[in-house]
Amino acid sequence: MTDKVNFNGWTCPRPLQNYPTIVLGHGSGGKMMADLIQHLFSKAFDNDLLNQMADSTILDLSRVFSANGSGRFAFTTDSFVVSPLFFPGGNIGELSIYGTVNDLAMSGAKPLFLSAGFILEEGLPMATLGEVVSSMAKACTLSGVEIATGDTKVVNRGHGDGMYINTTGLGIIPQGVNISPKNARPGDFILVNGNIGDHGMAIMSLRSGLEFETTIKSDTAPLNKLVESIISETTEIHCLRDATRGGLAAVLNELAMSSKIGIEFDERSIPVQPEVNASCEMLGLDPLYIANEGKFVAVLPEAQAEKVLQVMRADPLGINAVIIGKVVDNHPGVVTARTSIGGMRVVDLPAGELLPRIC
Amino acid sequence: MKFLEEYRDAGLTKKLLRDLDKIITREWTLMEVCGGQTHSIMRSGLDQMLPPKINLVHGPGCPVCVTPLELIDKAILLASRSDVIFTSFGDMLRVPGSSKDLFSVKANGGDVRILYSPLDSLRIARENPDKTVVFFGIGFETTAPPNAMAVLQAKSQGINNFAMLVSHVTVPAAIIALMESPDVQVDGFLAAGHVCTVMGYWEYEPLAEKYRVPIVVTGFEPVDIVHGILKCINQLEKGKYEVENAYARSVTREGNLPAQAVINRVFEICDRPWRGIGVIPSSGYRLRPEFSQFDAEVHFPEIQSIETKESELCMSGLVLQGRMKPDHCPAFGKECTPQTPLGATMVSSEGACAAYYRYGRLLKVNDVLNQDLND
Repeated sequence: MTDKVNFNGWTCPRPLQNYPTIVLGHGSGGKMMADLIQHLFSKAFDNDLLNQMADSTILDLSRVFSANGSGRFAFTTDSFVVSPLFFPGGNIGELSIYGTVNDLAMSGAKPLFLSAGFILEEGLPMATLGEVVSSMAKACTLSGVEIATGDTKVVNRGHGDGMYINTTGLGIIPQGVNISPKNARPGDFILVNGNIGDHGMAIMSLRSGLEFETTIKSDTAPLNKLVESIISETTEIHCLRDATRGGLAAVLNELAMSSKIGIEFDERSIPVQPEVNASCEMLGLDPLYIANEGKFVAVLPEAQAEKVLQVMRADPLGINAVIIGKVVDNHPGVVTARTSIGGMRVVDLPAGELLPRIC
Repeated sequence: MKFLEEYRDAGLTKKLLRDLDKIITREWTLMEVCGGQTHSIMRSGLDQMLPPKINLVHGPGCPVCVTPLELIDKAILLASRSDVIFTSFGDMLRVPGSSKDLFSVKANGGDVRILYSPLDSLRIARENPDKTVVFFGIGFETTAPPNAMAVLQAKSQGINNFAMLVSHVTVPAAIIALMESPDVQVDGFLAAGHVCTVMGYWEYEPLAEKYRVPIVVTGFEPVDIVHGILKCINQLEKGKYEVENAYARSVTREGNLPAQAVINRVFEICDRPWRGIGVIPSSGYRLRPEFSQFDAEVHFPEIQSIETKESELCMSGLVLQGRMKPDHCPAFGKECTPQTPLGATMVSSEGACAAYYRYGRLLKVNDVLNQDLND
């Protein structure tokens, strides 16, 4: 898809009168918008569904089922407002695809179709939009989904951080798979697929007022193939959750509350790369609360744990996978950690925005 | 991580705890002065592993917690102005003022920015010549040098649209106030390692002598803290009261002399109100008269007299003096949580109430830990 157009230094060709930036007219519904869609979005996301070019895209369910097997649908939406738009390891474009793909994967679904809604700020360089859309197209190819429908709006300068993207996703859950945050059972083992905190700290290192030099890159990645491999090994998976906002701590707390069980893990078992640990120490933050974009928690019966761990480790996105803890029947709704010195503590939900400490 | 993992070592911690068990013969009350130590104790679960004869009480060393309500309200007033860019350490944004916090000012259109270094305020001031950039200069002796440096640089670079709302406090004055108070019973102090890194520990020597109380300079990792406690208990058991340094990898007796020089050049000692405690004589820094052009209260004289209203339920004053454990407060975990804080001690990453709520709430695992100690 992306081979068809080179977005480097891209500006809209005539008849867009070669605008180097987004102007209000690009959201007007008129000729300029049609040109933007034709020359940018349709070229990048080129597929039969999008090419229907109707008010709504028609999905032929019999064809969907014959290609993917029948089952239940999973349906999700997410909005992406990350600032800055480009960060070490990725940009808002691939984030908007992987975020929704991963949300579908966490219910065990095979992601199929995505919508993409763009809110563009007047003055956004056309080359920036081109680069983001190009990343989205690559991300779609990599995760095996198609953009089936889309929308573009332009807001006045000063009314948006360059661009916001909303994606909605539709996927099919194979027969026999029943994954839900309510399904954790005492005795279950808890696995995580690798180092935590990379995405949040990559973004934090660029945040105005807190800038620091680092080699940390966002871990943004599509998790659906890894989840598919796990499901093909065993359908006995109780919960999957991707550890995005609020980090690992928030996900474990949500699972503890939804399933009405307790969770205990060993702090020393949590994989964190040294750079992330050091930056967290410097800012007074806890890696457990830092956002990820390519990490998830799997809760499953003890008997399946070792097998699934090996499947994870065989995948590039799960090389550092580990078993971090287990589900218990005491203290329902509460997550506790065994600390580095062998003590115990509660691991609470984060209160709000993460605040770097004073000294 | 070098110089970190070693000080979180389970084996070493347990060895020190066993040493402690061997020498302790009676109950002792120790106060860890710094909120950073309180959090480390709760976060590592050390509170449940110490011999029951040790009663740890938490001191006033949380800069966010003791910043007077009046200053928070002044900050809120300034941050609400359209001609001001208000810059602050992150911790301060959620601290409740009389009616709101800085986060809600930001939500209502105030230009409030979180910084890690006060020097970034100068860059923002240069970039925004039509606004006044006000930095919330709070903290103990630890943050005083960079804050003083920002004022010095503003002066030398002729940045006139920069001002600082100053609420600096000092540790030795707080120790004197606590020891003079008839309600506070502390047998020994763990002094704050970071403050002593800047100031040294010579100024604690007359205090140890006068109040006949051991003061041990202590670090922040679990091994550091047990090491500090061990030294303190050792003195108490032997009837000694000296200043000892259990954080020698960072602290010297004289401290960081260039940093002290910068503080003394820019600031002078003043009486300062502490939130929840009251005015402590000679316990704060204010800008010297030659730097008054950078004093936000001089810059904006209209904020000098304002009315404040403290929550009637909040008992953080007692907590900050070590007279009440956070979870003994009737509002703890009910009206007062990190989401709905009544006082600053429930907000700050160094506040004792926040530490209890975050790490200790609902946890009853003493049996597990005692069993572990015998491993």
